[in-house]
Amino acid sequence: MSFFTEFPEMPNEAFREMKKGIDAGYKDFAREWGDTIDAIFDPLLSMLVFFEDLLIATPWPIFMVVLLALTYWGSRSIKLVIMTFLAFVFIGYFKMWEETMSTIAIILTSVIMAVAIGLPTGIAMSRSDRTQSIVTPILDIMQTMPPFVYLIPIVMLMGIGKIPGLIAVVIYAIPPLIRLTNLGIREVDQEALEAADAFGATKRQKLFQVQLPLALPTIFAGINQTIMMALAMVIIASMIGVKGLGQPVLQSIYNQYFTKGVLYGLAIVIVAIVFDRVSQSYGQRIQKHRSGRLV
Amino acid sequence: MSEAKIKIKNLYKIFGKNPTDAMEQVKNGVGKDELLEKHNHVLGLKDISLDIHAKSIQVVMGLSGSGKSTLIRHINRLIEPTDGSVTVDGDEVLKMNEEELRNFRRSKTAMVFQRFALLPHKTVLQNTIFGLHIQNISEEEAKKSALRWIERVGLSGYEDKYPQHLSGGMQQRVGLARALTNDGDILLMDEAFSALDPLIRKDMQDILLELQDELHKTVVFITHDLDEALKLGDRIAILKDGIMDQEGIPADILLNPQTQYVKDFVEDVNRARVIKAKHIMSDLNGQDLNGAMPINQDEFIDRFIDKVISEKPENLVIQDKDNNNVGFLSTKRLSEILKR
Repeated sequence: MSFFTEFPEMPNEAFREMKKGIDAGYKDFAREWGDTIDAIFDPLLSMLVFFEDLLIATPWPIFMVVLLALTYWGSRSIKLVIMTFLAFVFIGYFKMWEETMSTIAIILTSVIMAVAIGLPTGIAMSRSDRTQSIVTPILDIMQTMPPFVYLIPIVMLMGIGKIPGLIAVVIYAIPPLIRLTNLGIREVDQEALEAADAFGATKRQKLFQVQLPLALPTIFAGINQTIMMALAMVIIASMIGVKGLGQPVLQSIYNQYFTKGVLYGLAIVIVAIVFDRVSQSYGQRIQKHRSGRLV
Repeated sequence: MSEAKIKIKNLYKIFGKNPTDAMEQVKNGVGKDELLEKHNHVLGLKDISLDIHAKSIQVVMGLSGSGKSTLIRHINRLIEPTDGSVTVDGDEVLKMNEEELRNFRRSKTAMVFQRFALLPHKTVLQNTIFGLHIQNISEEEAKKSALRWIERVGLSGYEDKYPQHLSGGMQQRVGLARALTNDGDILLMDEAFSALDPLIRKDMQDILLELQDELHKTVVFITHDLDEALKLGDRIAILKDGIMDQEGIPADILLNPQTQYVKDFVEDVNRARVIKAKHIMSDLNGQDLNGAMPINQDEFIDRFIDKVISEKPENLVIQDKDNNNVGFLSTKRLSEILKR
């Protein structure tokens, strides 16, 4: 009768043994390989530290001028430049400058990583249905698994610090870029591809001269998503030692500092909006041939 | 007529999971509808043989679904056939490996597409250059040749515009310039003018004929429009449901349609504008040429009919361009042909 009221569960003893076994196995692996893996990620750490030091060491007026110039170059919009200026005045005036620089550094590094890994993966996925059927479920897991869960093995392996945080951010932020790269390339007009074939283009020429340029708007939407998600993840990653705007927010939660929490929260929103608007308007601007008007 | 430039022999194309088995069925006489219904395969082409002569315009005509676009894609092997052979200048296209095929496409053929198939992120000039660009020909040389063809199709001044900024007719001029810049002997035109307005289509037809007078390419032109076929074609092949119904010179198809399908097609055509004197003349055979009106053999009927009506000769004598008598035509026969 108990068969119907209680689900036939794994015996407690065996279950405990299983968990212990897996944990012990992973711990052994972490102990053995932790240093090697740390070493592999060393260049990444150097890059991150370099960006961070550079941004923090740069005098604020110079940073501001460079940022505004980049904003203008990207968007060609004076309105956006003024908005960016006011946003960073807010950040600086309320004593959040240094944390913001740290956050921008990690966003920069993780987006570079995400593009370096995500773009080739998306291209590979678009070229073979097999690869697509293998990668898609992995992306599903990456997007639905709560980030806290995969923070555990990363911390076990590499301890607390910048690199594990960076890896967590990349895992969280990379799926949209991969998906949209794949989608963008698959959606390229078949006739354009046929024309390239008919004129004797090689696979490589088709990829670089037809598929990637035509998929660019979609890929750019993916990069934009990746930036936004990286920003969201930076807060969670602060729990494992990533410096920046996330840590004060975390402190505020523990200590119920209302004003501090809101200010740093706003700073994150500001950085997100600025990055989003600038990258989007840049994405649109490089598509000038699309703004169709008959002559 | 010159030798066959492109020889298509016993070409079969069946779309589906197991085309080889389905082809046996087709060879045993299973038709398109039955094949689809019972075997779930689509009959693309059935036993097509066609010799396309160098320096001529071969039109392939048929309604949608007749397999005409499938056929043209076999010539540069954008589609793999199920069975058969395609040779160009004696080389078997279907036996080429990847690199040979690429070189063949680069050097011998160029294609113009129904919906233009231009690259939207490239300018008119960059699109025109595309064929040469991917062959790594020096930028300067490629540009020189591209600019010449851009001018030739009447697009000078638009070199730096993007395709989206051009009208359909102009876009297809770019498509034509791109194909001509590639400078292959063979020009494959897949319903190239079908997406254009009637007036612009006529313009483009005239441009093509004018260019052909000068360039003497081997043109394979796909269309569903009989008027276009008759205007452009040196020869016309008519496809129906993947089967070649009839092939011949335009006048022959008009005067002797071999199937009901072709008959229906040609019923409403104005014959006077399509048939030339030489198509309907009979041998001289010692006919009495006294009082016969001389007519050039390459004149269309509608060019000399007024003269016939006003002068009312009994007979016409057909002459070549050096005024040698080559044939004979009675006005009675002429009126029969026009009445039918």
